[in-house]
Formats: sequence, C-alpha cells, structure tokens
Amino acid sequence: MGFIEVKDLKVHYPIRGGLLNTIQDYVYAVDGINLSIESGKTYGLVGESGSGKTTIGKSIIGLEEITSGNVIYEGVDVTNKARSRRGQYRDYNRDVQMIFQDSTSALNPKKRIIDVIAEPMRNFFNYTPQEEKKRIIELLEIVGLNEEAMYKYPHEFSGGQRQRIGVARAVASNPKLIIADEPTSALDLSVQAQVLNFMRNIQTEYGLSYLFISHDLGVVQHMSDYIAIMHRGRFVEQGTSREIYKNPQHIYTKRLLSAIPEMDPTIRKELKAERERVEKEYQEFEDQYYDENGRVYDLRPLNDNHYVALKPAEEGGK
Amino acid sequence: MAVERPLLEINHLETAFRVTDDYYNAVDDVSLTLENNEILAIVGESGSGKSTLATSIIGLHDPNNTQIKGEVIYKDINLLDLNETLYNKIRGNDIGMIFQDPLGSLNPLMTIHDQIEETLVYHSDMDDKQRTNRVEQLLDQVGIPNPKRVMQQYPHELSGGMRQRVVIAIALANKPPIIIADEPTTALDVTIQAQILDLMNDIQDETGSGIILITHDLGVVAQTADRVAVMYAGQIVEEATVEELFGNPKHPYTRSLLNSVPHELEDENDELHVIQGTVPSLQNLPRRGCRFAPRIPWIPAETHEEDPVLHEISPGHKVRCTCWQHFHFEGEEEQ
Repeated sequence: MGFIEVKDLKVHYPIRGGLLNTIQDYVYAVDGINLSIESGKTYGLVGESGSGKTTIGKSIIGLEEITSGNVIYEGVDVTNKARSRRGQYRDYNRDVQMIFQDSTSALNPKKRIIDVIAEPMRNFFNYTPQEEKKRIIELLEIVGLNEEAMYKYPHEFSGGQRQRIGVARAVASNPKLIIADEPTSALDLSVQAQVLNFMRNIQTEYGLSYLFISHDLGVVQHMSDYIAIMHRGRFVEQGTSREIYKNPQHIYTKRLLSAIPEMDPTIRKELKAERERVEKEYQEFEDQYYDENGRVYDLRPLNDNHYVALKPAEEGGK
Repeated sequence: MAVERPLLEINHLETAFRVTDDYYNAVDDVSLTLENNEILAIVGESGSGKSTLATSIIGLHDPNNTQIKGEVIYKDINLLDLNETLYNKIRGNDIGMIFQDPLGSLNPLMTIHDQIEETLVYHSDMDDKQRTNRVEQLLDQVGIPNPKRVMQQYPHELSGGMRQRVVIAIALANKPPIIIADEPTTALDVTIQAQILDLMNDIQDETGSGIILITHDLGVVAQTADRVAVMYAGQIVEEATVEELFGNPKHPYTRSLLNSVPHELEDENDELHVIQGTVPSLQNLPRRGCRFAPRIPWIPAETHEEDPVLHEISPGHKVRCTCWQHFHFEGEEEQ
C-alpha cells in the first residue's frame, strides 16, 4: 500500500454547444486510472501530447477538478480538497508539491528568490526570519546555488538555474511527493543532467517520491523505478522500469520504444526495420488492443511487476 | 578537368550581433561544405550559434543589427553579396527551409493549398491547374492522407505532425538542391518524429538534395546524419562522419555531451556527467584561447593551444585545439 492511492481517477471535460450551450459530449482526458505511490520511489508517467499525463499530475495536486474517483492520502480522502483550508487536509497540501515545465512562468518575476522559496515555509511553518534564512541557504546549497542568489530576481538566472530554484521551492515544505511535469524538457543536455542529478540526490536525502511526467523515454528510464505508459487517457501498460523496457507487451508501448532514436549510428538499418515491423503490426492488429470505441482495455496482470491492457480472453483476446 | 565544387561552401563565416554599441560574433569563423545527397548535422546546445548559422546562409538577418563576413558559395556566387531581390530568387527555389515551430511558420489565414502554392507562384511559370496538381502531389509525397481535402483546410485544423509535413511540402515545392532544417522535430512526439525523419530520408533518396540538419538531439543525429559538426560558443569544435563521431569522439565537449545523455542506471550512485560552469554570454565570451578551457579546469593550461584551430587528425575528422590529447574526465586518470 502506498501513502497515496489514486483510485479509478476520471477527469472529463464537457464539450458545450448547440442552441442553449448545453453539454453535448465529454472529452475523456483521464478515464479510470489507478496508481499507488510508495515513499522513496519514482513513478514515470509517459505518453504523447494529449494522452492525459499532465492532467493526472494536476488532479492529484488539486489544480484540476476530478470528475470521479478518489485520491486517498494516508487514509484521508482528499479528492478535490486541495483548496480547502481545513486542518485535516493541511498535511496533504504540504506534502505534495509540484515542479513545472516552464521555469520562467512558474516563478513570480516580481519576487526575489528569498521570497519565492520562503512562500511554502511561511504557509506551513512558523519559522523566525533567522531560521527561514538559514533554511533557504541550505536549500540553495542543495541545488548548487550560492547565498547571493537569495536577493536576485528570477530573470537574473539561466534556465537551468531557474529550474533548480523551482526544485528548491518544491522541497521547501519537506514534501513526501513531488509531481514533476516535464521538468527538463526545456533544458539543454548538460543542464538537464545537472537537474536530474540534483533531483536524485534530494530523493535519497529526504526519502522523497516523484511522479515524473515526461514524453522523453530516455529520461524516464533513467529516473524511474516504475513506469506507466498512457494513451487516450488510460494506462496501456504499467510495471517496473525494467519490465516495460525489456519486455513491452502492448502495441502502443512497442511503437513508442521503437521510435526512440538510439545514440548508435551503426544500428540504423535494424532500427528502421524494427520500426516498420512494429508499424505493420500496429496496422494489422490494432483492434486486438483497443475495443470497438477505440478505448484501451483494462489492465490485467502479466506477472507481479507487469500489467498490460490486452483484450480479455472472453472477447477473443490472446 | 575542373575540380568539382561542393554543393554549398561556407568559408570563414562570421555573424556578429549588435549588443548596445559593439558587435559580437555569434558565429565565429565557421567553414563547412555540403555535398549533394548528404545530410550534414550541426549539433550544439542553445546559444552555440547553430541557428544563427542557418539564418545567415539564407540571409534572414536584419542588416541594421548584424554584420556578416565571409563567403557562402553556391553555384559560384557568394550569396552574401546578393541584394534582397536576387536573394528572394534563391530562397525557396534553391534553398528550402524548415523551421522548428510549424504553427509559427504557417499563415493561419491561408488554406494549406494557398500556402504551398505561394512558393510555386514566385518561382515557377506553372498555370493554376498545374500548381494545384503539384500541391496535391506534394501533400501526397509528404504522407498526408486525403490531400484533396487537406488542401482546403487551415493550419489550426491539422495536428502538429501534419503541420510539420505541410512545412516540409512547402520547402520541397520547387525541388531545391539544398534544404535547411532547423530543429524540424523538436516540437513533435517521438513516434511522429520517427515518421518525419524517415520521410526526410526518403525524400533525400528521391531528390538527392543536400540537407543541413540543425538539432540538439544526439539521437536524431545518430539516426539520420552522414556527417556531423559540433558547435560550441560559435565555433565548430569537432567535425567527422557520424560513425566516427559517435564511435571515436575526440573533443572534450563532444565527449562530455555524449556522457550527459540519460541512460539506464547501473547502480545507486550512477550519476550523469555534468559539464562544469555555464556557456558564457556573447559579450563575456573569451575571444582568445580555447573556449572550452574554463569548463574543464582540471586539464592543465599548457595543453591548450594559444589560438586553437581545427586539426585534421584523420581523413575527414577535424578537432579544434590540442587539449583533447590530454583530456580525461575529472576524477579519472589520464590515459
């Protein structure tokens, strides 16, 4: 059992139209996913744009209204309660934090770094100004910035530095889970390496969990213990990182993996052949993997560490 | 018999931008050649000057704030000497350009048909009917299903991958011998990226154009390019065939970059390589000495050249400065 349980989460957006602007249909952005988050682990969430991965992150932290399903935090049902000021939800608000993709718009340009990082502390702890300052210096040190950074404004930093400030702010309230939504996709390779290293160091130091949302399969493989592959608002495959990469079962996962440009120019032909083979398989057997409405089937266990959404046997699946 | 010249020849190109009252070189003494039927990749991180190089070749810089020196030779003409009217004859006709952001490079108020047709109107003497046929043929060539219908649609009605195909169709319209693609797949999902790259490869096999592919993604380079030039701080630091560059990288920057690619973890303490320090801004860039030296401070100063030049260490493999001979990662022994 994890400390956060997401049960049958659904986020549907109404499509309005017609004469009286009534609800005509829904967009099924997230359509019934289950996730159990244990402490100290990293959960990778992979999918293409529009698959609903960001919506999951946002609904767990409360930035998106959940249509149905539950988010349970240490036994307390916290579904749609992130904005609540009541004491019973305080722990959840403090312990779940987020890092955003675009560090420029995630930091208030009018605030100095000291105020940016102090904000979560002021919300949740009663530090004296001295304690607060000491803690900020500590945090900046962890992410590799020095004390002078405190009195500067966000625009005075490079993209990588700003993203590290975002990490420092997320860590400031001693959270248990950080939701990282594409934290490095705007960064250069060498800067990305820096941010990923810091994130892993902080994880070991504080026993943090990450929900790591990304479209970059290489980064996710590097960071994650467990991976879920998303398509059309549902998980097509879920399991340990190793299982998913070494033994993909769903055609969508195979397609994604075969599309990764490997760093080895000598195996070009093989990769292309593999891509074409998978593409052909996808064209031929697509109906084996999706039901008549194009919906992904429910996940079924392949083994203890691997779940995959295949056609149930009673409907003629393999 | 005259020696055959390369398709495109860039000689000592320098592009300087004005910052307050001084000009600073963003591209600093770059020389490159592009052959027929070749994909030349230019790799570097943001700020390395790779896009500036591309826009200098097709002359898209504002002359009030930029100074360009050197030569870009195509068919025995130096493109940099051309005026706007003559340049416009080259752009789109001899050199096609594909930009990163397909939505930004398409006009939202024009149908797909009109946008592709526009370049045919400028550069060819086809009549209406021929042009429409050509547009349809192009859309088909770039793998757009149902071209007759798509022609009548507007950019917002297409997905990102489809839009990028339209941009490629525009670049291909006049069968240019040179195509410059600036991060053509960066905004796309991996499966779409694979399709677009395959498409570019197929088109090249058909037309035999020379393609300059600008990217920061080393995986894309490994899978598509024939030759690679690595740029750092406005200079080319290493140039080699793709097999040589990935199999036998020499320059410290190339090696560091290859080492910072995320990979499967071997154990708990497995860390990605981080390049110390940051890329200096244009004004603060040291103009003398090895530009990468401040980021590898553990390498003794005397191993760098005073004024580093590209050395051809084996046929076709060029490396700037001499520091690579003594380079080792921090904490490792010198080999």
